[in-house]
Amino acid sequence: MAIKNVWVFAQTSDGVATTATLELVTKARSLSENVSVFVSGDGAAIAAAVGDFGATKVYAANCGANLPGVAMASAMKSVIDAGESPELIMFPQSYEGRDTMARLSVKLDKTVITNNVDVEDATDGVTVTTPIFGGNTLVTSTFTGSGPHLAAFRPKSFTPEASGGAAAAVTAVVVPDLGVAGGAQVNAVHVEETTGPKLDEANVVVSGGRGLGEADKYAMVEELAKLLQAAPGASRAIVDAGWVPYSYQVGQTGKVVKPSVYIAAGISGATQHMVGMKGSKNIIAINKDKEAPIFGIADLGIVGDVHKVLPKLIEALKARN
Amino acid sequence: MNIIVCVKQIPDPAAPGALNSDTHTLKRDGKLVIDDADMYGVEMALQLVDAAGGGEVSLVSMAPNGETSGMRTALAMGAAKGVLVSDPALQGSDALTTAKILAAAIQRLGGADLIIAATESSDGYTGTVPEQMAEVLGLPSVTFTKKITINGTAIQASRQTEAGYDEVTCPLPAVISVTAGVVEPRYPSFKGIMAAKNKPVEQVTASDLGVLPVGWAGAGQKISSVTQAEARQAGEIIEDDGEAFNKIVGFLENLKVI
Ligand SMILES: Cc1cc2nc3c(=O)[nH]c(=O)nc-3n(C[C@H](O)[C@H](O)[C@H](O)COP(=O)(O)OP(=O)(O)OC[C@H]3O[C@@H](n4cnc5c(N)ncnc54)[C@H](O)[C@@H]3O)c2cc1C
Ligand SMILES: Nc1ncnc2c1ncn2[C@@H]1O[C@H](COP(=O)(O)O)[C@@H](O)[C@H]1O
Repeated sequence: MAIKNVWVFAQTSDGVATTATLELVTKARSLSENVSVFVSGDGAAIAAAVGDFGATKVYAANCGANLPGVAMASAMKSVIDAGESPELIMFPQSYEGRDTMARLSVKLDKTVITNNVDVEDATDGVTVTTPIFGGNTLVTSTFTGSGPHLAAFRPKSFTPEASGGAAAAVTAVVVPDLGVAGGAQVNAVHVEETTGPKLDEANVVVSGGRGLGEADKYAMVEELAKLLQAAPGASRAIVDAGWVPYSYQVGQTGKVVKPSVYIAAGISGATQHMVGMKGSKNIIAINKDKEAPIFGIADLGIVGDVHKVLPKLIEALKARN
Repeated sequence: MNIIVCVKQIPDPAAPGALNSDTHTLKRDGKLVIDDADMYGVEMALQLVDAAGGGEVSLVSMAPNGETSGMRTALAMGAAKGVLVSDPALQGSDALTTAKILAAAIQRLGGADLIIAATESSDGYTGTVPEQMAEVLGLPSVTFTKKITINGTAIQASRQTEAGYDEVTCPLPAVISVTAGVVEPRYPSFKGIMAAKNKPVEQVTASDLGVLPVGWAGAGQKISSVTQAEARQAGEIIEDDGEAFNKIVGFLENLKVI
């Protein structure tokens, strides 16, 4: 039995629907004939793109300066109360996705299941699959009771495929008065610029970890990345230490990357790091400890000192250019 | 300035995680420790109370078997008191129920000017409990806070985003979730550890708080199966003899990356 209707919480970047959004829309159309997208901001700007991937309707709400979580949840609730309730709402596992689903779960008194990598319309209900222990174990859960079921999905869980659908019809939704709960206001937005390809889209990623020893040594990672037209990445240890901005972080609470080559330099391979890069086609690891867990998943493992291996590798690549 | 910090008590993260074979829930029967992620919230709360020149930091926690050892760590750091919700009926509770329970515990303490949680716990990492708590309490919230100052009746926060950060203002009372690395958690002093033994922790059950149903009965989900993912095989591992960089060059050549 197909799911009657599915909503996808859409995210945009510079007004364009993100890849994560299109992944979810693609999956949603395999579950249901009625796929709608819920977006904060300009619905018309994404109507053609999400339509091409299978959505027929865009609900657009303008959050103004409010943090999206509380505003979008209230807007969704008002549409649901008006009788247009979906059976399933798919959220990207992102900041705004998580906040919105959390607020909505209380308004609807429904459970949430986060960190999923798959969803299925099984005989006993809608089921989702969540990897735990660094992705070694998969837990499948079934939503009980009636919808809307709220589920968040890790990026790159599904492959986006256009269906050639027409532009989706846009419906404007008014954000209800948020009262006290809507007190948080955004006053300024800061973008930390990175150069080169985007971390979650790059064909090659070079990441550095605590094994680099000190902040200055991250320059080796950047130089190698530049030579390989790669995106530089990082483990959380060096993000927390302030060596690089958070936007570089790969892993459970950072970006999910699936490049054709991932180079891990001085990274131990904690489970929370691995869930963000395990899907890479080829993994090269450099670590001085031969027991480091990262070697368990590396296609090429170099037991050695990053301060010796990286400079030589950089020289060799420069010599070729 | 009175602040309440949510403190999750979890199995020692150094020990490998395991599931109960019958219920498929995380094993939580051994001794529990304070979740590292919450140390930042405790530290931030202590600093904010200090800066405000008065008030106290209180704790709320939900944990099995009357466990308080993780809360004692936070009390030793300088928190004044706490409420622990412990009840066999809570086993299997989902994030929404957890949020309702913690919100009720916060109300039992008479509320606060500010409530702090971590962005996500180390063992469950649902990452929704703080925002759900804010909604239950009808409060505004700032998630993923990496910096915060308080001026009178409002907070000024830097909120981490995927691309950088936002500057956000929010009136008090409010709920915030903080990221790791925001502040450097202090080590409890010997004096602090001794004092923590006598600080009050009130233990209550879910029904004392009037939150029902909880545990499996309240969760809108059931676990249908647990399987092993296909393991990735390790490839070639070599010791660097000074020439290993050539191996990498060759590997990249084969893949036509260079
Ligand atoms: C809820 C939660 C979420 C998390 N999310 C993430 C996440 O998204 N991403 C993430 O990365 N982590 C995450 N973590 C943290 C994770 O558990 C690890 O702490 C972190 O990944 C470790 O980073 P690291 O490998 O750089 O450091 P370490 O674990 O300290 O490893 C450093 C490695 O460098 C090696 N080394 C040292 N010197 C040299 C040298 N000269 N040459 C070569 N090798 C050397 C060492 O042998 C060691 O293996 C999370 C943790 C929690 C609890
Ligand atoms: N049982 C609990 N007791 C106290 N605090 C909790 C509990 N569960 C969650 N929290 C708080 O909410 C945060 C996010 O948890 P989670 O949604 O499980 O990732 C945690 O880091 C804690 O600060």
